[in-house]
Amino acid sequence: MTELDPATRDALAALILTVADDELVIGYWDSEWTGIAPMLEEDVAMSSVSQDEIGHAAALYAMLGELTGRDPDELAYAREPDAFRHAPLLDHPRTDWAFTIGRRYLYETADAARLQALAGSSYEPLAQLAAKMRREERYHLMHVDAWLRRLAAAGGEVRERLVAALERLGTDALGVLDAPDDEALLLSAGILPEPMASVRARWLERIGGPLGELDLPVPSGGPRPGGRRSHGPDFAWLHGEMTMVSRSEVGATW
Amino acid sequence: MVTASVEQRVWDALREIADPEIPAISVVDLGVIGAVDVGADRVHVDLLPTFVGCPAIGVMQRQITERLTELGVAPRVEVEVSFDPPWTSDRISPAGRERLRASGFAPPAAAPSVSGLDELAVLSVATCPYCGSRNTTLDNAFGPTLCRSIHHCEQCRQPFEQFKSL
Repeated sequence: MTELDPATRDALAALILTVADDELVIGYWDSEWTGIAPMLEEDVAMSSVSQDEIGHAAALYAMLGELTGRDPDELAYAREPDAFRHAPLLDHPRTDWAFTIGRRYLYETADAARLQALAGSSYEPLAQLAAKMRREERYHLMHVDAWLRRLAAAGGEVRERLVAALERLGTDALGVLDAPDDEALLLSAGILPEPMASVRARWLERIGGPLGELDLPVPSGGPRPGGRRSHGPDFAWLHGEMTMVSRSEVGATW
Repeated sequence: MVTASVEQRVWDALREIADPEIPAISVVDLGVIGAVDVGADRVHVDLLPTFVGCPAIGVMQRQITERLTELGVAPRVEVEVSFDPPWTSDRISPAGRERLRASGFAPPAAAPSVSGLDELAVLSVATCPYCGSRNTTLDNAFGPTLCRSIHHCEQCRQPFEQFKSL
């Protein structure tokens, strides 16, 4: 692709940052299950899935570094909480297992729809990385789909907790596929091959089947405007946790 | 002719570098070496990560740089992480698959295609690396490293790992 004009480059950088921050933050939340998941297999699974997500974030921050000259480690660990651009869905703490599974289901399926679109991006490095990430994310989808069905079929308190989580998270989940800033620029450059609204429509169609079949709540309503720009006390806490090591010895390499 | 033989020396050197996580297999047999370009002033190697978040990427990058610098075929050595083409488990060579099996890892099944979101049946039946039985069960799609899953053989009752299909 030809040289990007500054406005388009900034829009591309902002788009990459949203995806990178989504992956980093869900990776950190769910890595908290390491050692305390409901069973040993899930200790391993959640650790592995989280390592994938944080790895995806690292690759995206590196891409952002190439594009903007910013240091990838600084992007990940030296920003203030309100400089993060993850979706409101990822502002919630991990809570209980049903909540984690409900959120993972909503996030993974939305992320899959987004990666499918980004794999067709005119910005080659992003298209290549998205294609690669999709291969890995299928394991995540398979894992969370199995758990969603298992919890939904369990009945009783287990199912109630899952339903409550999906009800609470539905609106915020829509925000994962909000139109990015300067979407028109991204569309005209082919960086985004289709509007995010159509990605969102495809995602809702895709999850409508399984959620309907299991009689579970489907995301509805309107996402919180500007939700990627402000984050609550839960994220402030997580931010403190995830930057603890880098803050303890500024400039250290590891 | 001269260039061809230098390139051959580079590939031979790369064949001596073991995967840091599964040392039985070389980085060449693992298929993580993409394009190799030997010029007068530099040798450039594309390194294709198995998984994006693989923590061994940095180790491989350093080992390859050190080995090729030592080889002295060009003043500068560049090892660049690349996703073009994306690594898939089909890149593991036949010799690499055999080495995996001999060291107790089931080689991956054919890599699944990526045509749609609904295509979730990515795990095929694994063949037990110890007794060759296909009567095996998947215990966990996630294992001790990002690229490995955990299985159990119903025939010889051995637990074993598989290099994941990707």
